[in-house]
Amino acid sequence: MGKILEINGPLVKLDLPQTVLGEQVRVGRLGLVGEVISRDGNTALAQLYEDTAGLCPGEEAEGLGWPLSVELGPGLLGGIFDGVQRPLQAMWEQSGDRIARGVAVASLPRGRRWHFAPDPRCHAGMPLVGGEVLGTVQETESIQHRILVPPRVQGELLELAPEGEHTVEDVIGRVRLADGRIEKLHLFHRWPVRTPRPFRQRDHAVAPLITGQRILDTFYPLLKGGKAAIPGPFGAGKTMLQHQVARWCNAQIVIYVGCGERGNELTDVLESMPTLTDPHTGRPLMERTLLVANTSNMPVVAREASIYVGITLAEYFRDQGYDVVMVADSTSRWAEALREVAGRLGQMPVEEGYPAYLGSRLAAFYERAGRVETLAGDHGSVTLIGAVSPPGGDFSEPVTSHTKEIIQTFWALSKELADARHYPAVDWLESFSGYVSSAAKWWADNIDPGWEASRAAALDLLAASEELQRIVNLVGVEALSSEQRWTLEAASLIKEGLLQQAATDEIDSFASPEKQFALLTALLDIYRQGMKLVKLGAPARRLIQMPLLAQARRWKSQHNSDDLEALKVKIAAIPAAFEPLLLEYTPAAPSSAVEAIQP
Amino acid sequence: MKNIEFRTAASAQGGLVVMAGVPGVAAGSRVQLRDHAGRVRSGLVIRSANDAVLVEVFEGTDALDLERTWVRFLEEPYKLPVSRDMLGRVFNGSGRPCDGRPPVISADRRDINGEPLNPAARAYPREFIQTGISAIDGMNSLTRGQKLPIFSGGGLPHNRVAAQIVRQAKLLGEEAAEFVVVFAAFGASHADARFFQESFEESGVLNKVVMFLNLADEPVIERLLTPRAALTAAEYLAFDLDYHVLVVMTDMTAYAEALREVAVLRGDVPARKGYPGYLYSDLAEIYERAGRIKNRRGSITMIPVLSMPSDDITHPIPDLTGYITEGQIVLGRELSNQGVYPPVTVLPSLSRLMKDGIGKNFTREDHPHVASQLFASYAKALEVRGLAAIIGAEELSDADRRTLAFADAFERRFINQGEDEDRSIHETLNLAWDLLSMLPPESLIRVSEEELAKYHKGTT
Ligand SMILES: Nc1ncnc2c1ncn2[C@@H]1O[C@H](COP(=O)(O)OP(=O)(O)O)[C@@H](O)[C@H]1O
Ligand SMILES: [Mg+2]
Repeated sequence: MGKILEINGPLVKLDLPQTVLGEQVRVGRLGLVGEVISRDGNTALAQLYEDTAGLCPGEEAEGLGWPLSVELGPGLLGGIFDGVQRPLQAMWEQSGDRIARGVAVASLPRGRRWHFAPDPRCHAGMPLVGGEVLGTVQETESIQHRILVPPRVQGELLELAPEGEHTVEDVIGRVRLADGRIEKLHLFHRWPVRTPRPFRQRDHAVAPLITGQRILDTFYPLLKGGKAAIPGPFGAGKTMLQHQVARWCNAQIVIYVGCGERGNELTDVLESMPTLTDPHTGRPLMERTLLVANTSNMPVVAREASIYVGITLAEYFRDQGYDVVMVADSTSRWAEALREVAGRLGQMPVEEGYPAYLGSRLAAFYERAGRVETLAGDHGSVTLIGAVSPPGGDFSEPVTSHTKEIIQTFWALSKELADARHYPAVDWLESFSGYVSSAAKWWADNIDPGWEASRAAALDLLAASEELQRIVNLVGVEALSSEQRWTLEAASLIKEGLLQQAATDEIDSFASPEKQFALLTALLDIYRQGMKLVKLGAPARRLIQMPLLAQARRWKSQHNSDDLEALKVKIAAIPAAFEPLLLEYTPAAPSSAVEAIQP
Repeated sequence: MKNIEFRTAASAQGGLVVMAGVPGVAAGSRVQLRDHAGRVRSGLVIRSANDAVLVEVFEGTDALDLERTWVRFLEEPYKLPVSRDMLGRVFNGSGRPCDGRPPVISADRRDINGEPLNPAARAYPREFIQTGISAIDGMNSLTRGQKLPIFSGGGLPHNRVAAQIVRQAKLLGEEAAEFVVVFAAFGASHADARFFQESFEESGVLNKVVMFLNLADEPVIERLLTPRAALTAAEYLAFDLDYHVLVVMTDMTAYAEALREVAVLRGDVPARKGYPGYLYSDLAEIYERAGRIKNRRGSITMIPVLSMPSDDITHPIPDLTGYITEGQIVLGRELSNQGVYPPVTVLPSLSRLMKDGIGKNFTREDHPHVASQLFASYAKALEVRGLAAIIGAEELSDADRRTLAFADAFERRFINQGEDEDRSIHETLNLAWDLLSMLPPESLIRVSEEELAKYHKGTT
């Protein structure tokens, strides 16, 4: 037994010989939990996950003997957990509206029985290695929970429970380890959150994560197993974009980590997800979703932990062979929590108060994303999408700039676009994706071989219009040639008819790859047909007045992804809309060649 | 130990006192200091070890004589007695009555720090509050349980806007009477406080207001308590007594500056502009106390006012606030100088909860699209105005000239309104269509074709 020597904010100095770094401690009459972050002789410094008010020097403290770990087993999906995996729903029922301190509630429900079906390949006497699948529990209608041998267990399976109902704590099997000890197996196991879960090897990421958001999928794709960041000032749409991804992406499991952000945003997810259906499976979205929440008013140390809790849960589902997406809103709050603790430890700040290891911590965290071959020989992936909240919207600040070095897909949000309510406010010039060529293969195989070229054409058009806009801002639009004016108009058509996609628009909130591609090529077609006319001498003014342009801007909100026939009819009619102008401006007569083919 | 007076102050500086040789004092415990003149000050233990205890003194440490200072540790956090009798009363910045009337008697004393609300217990705010101000109702609507600050600057009419909201705010189809107001001022001038007091008096709600005042000439460190005391009162009124509470707090900048002052004394590592890294979490502890709770009738709607130092929205105080609150109403100097009241700069303004509280079942079916269209058209119009400034208005095309006229009318007729003008949401939306009708219908693609047919008054 140790004791408290000093309390300083969330840090507590303990007289606790023989503890190790990272060990969980329980301190004081209230039984507050925390972890050891430094040691000096017999004294240890611990950071507590709960508010330390009321603790007194002299009160008792004990080391618990293990590092911060999570419980992994059935009962996770559909749940909401705090930054150290306490179940918030159960805590609400048990202790009321406010989060009282020192409340210990098991992460997974203890009383609930699950229907366990052993894997037919498993039998007594067989050799078992960690990560193998022992059997399954149908956790929600759409998700089968695969019960895994804890990664570090290896030995001979002595017995395995037959099909039947079990609580997570029931012993469902026994393994004789190499050293002769017997290890009991349960429906769940524990894993330390700061240690990445092992796998056989890394795989290449191959398939794009389809999010249903055109500016993401069509322009700046992310792969399953990839890493992405969404930086942007407040109000630019980071959270909404993450909500959109969490709702519509074609992952099998979604882990939403609310790290130091608003309570109401989690309520929003909790209230909306059960009412929405997964466009890929037709099941309620909540069945595949779980939330980790350390809101901005909850203790800051648990905020730092919440990110690791989230990623460990993600790895666990990956190890079952699933494609998992974890969105973290916001990684900046995690970095700030790191900074706060570093400051209290008296560590030398290097930039804006952040410790020197900020970059390496961020990199190590994002490194836990990836597509892997699991220990069981399956394939699974963790895709990581982190929001970044730069102070003052300045992307040169440390968290944004370090993150930018690490990730492959960068969805930069712009205040100017958000101010004009152009959503998602993803800046098409600042953003980038390192996955375009891999994604192009998928689009070519599944949607259309022309995807890569069309995407490039649209981006060229946008870039060209940016140049022209600069001229306009200096001398006015009248100074432009007709070709240039048409280019401007077509770019604006792409922005309004394709890039803008309101999350609140019931029809357009999700766009299937087919719909995305149909709109992309349709708008490009309008651009090209118009350009042909301009080259024939038609003034841009005439083209800009065409009703087609206003109509095409509305197509996205008029046609649902699963009913594109009517849209295709409209698209097929594009040439006809240009017909009158074409007749007018096609150089008449002398060309006998034209006449020759007319009967 | 509560009754023992220690006379072991070892050092004092700024607002901090170090007490030596005091065993086992609880962190966060309230402290009472009696100085040589018999004046009693109060403080809080912010760091506690067996050999030394660090105490933050709210009234400051001026003229403190170490040898003649007696200190008692009260072994409990800072608490506020709560009761229905708080309504109509005025308290000082640390929650003691300062209206010359007797103290509020209650056995129910609450820790002013509160406890974090379990996110699973929250109910999402969805009820539209009509403030009668078009720039807010039409484009940045407030919902019950939202925290929506006013970002302002010196000399701008934020107090008048806040007072107008308090006067006019109501749910559609419900009387304003259900509201009570908790008003907290820190670092505000006496004139500001008087302005609010008179405004409450005029609208006859004074007996439904609880005031907490720490004015500009009052102890700086005490400001760290004021919003917490006010919100403790608000939570009691909302979640124990079922009131819908509107909390107005001014000025958050003065609060953050007080926090910085103490942080510097404590030697905390500064993050930006000298503000400590934990300013974000500290502000969040305050702002996140707004909201609704499942199975409870009352609510806390919060309107913090803050002045942006040098009108800079990227300054840490507005910046971190914007990262926590559910939007912001930004007041602008340019509009104000042109005589527009309320001078709401709509583009950087935002209400994050608007999308869930307006439309068919709440206000009117066209509201979401109209708001979006106003933003888009006005943003476009401002571009044209910028262009006109460069190349001259006579060089503009006809279409651009119409756009310019729209921008002017939008500011003069939609944003601008009387301080006593209480527009219904229908009036606001109809006015919006009057203005949108100045623009050709084919340029209005954020509204649906049906809405155009129904509401657009122009011909092409
Ligand atoms: N994709 C979108 N569709 C519609 N509205 C959006 C979208 N993204 C953002 N918004 C609007 O912007 C507001 C702020 O977005 P949010 O995601 O909360 O910003 P951030 O997290 O960057 O501060 C939202 O409340 C919503 O009104
Ligand atoms: Mg956000």
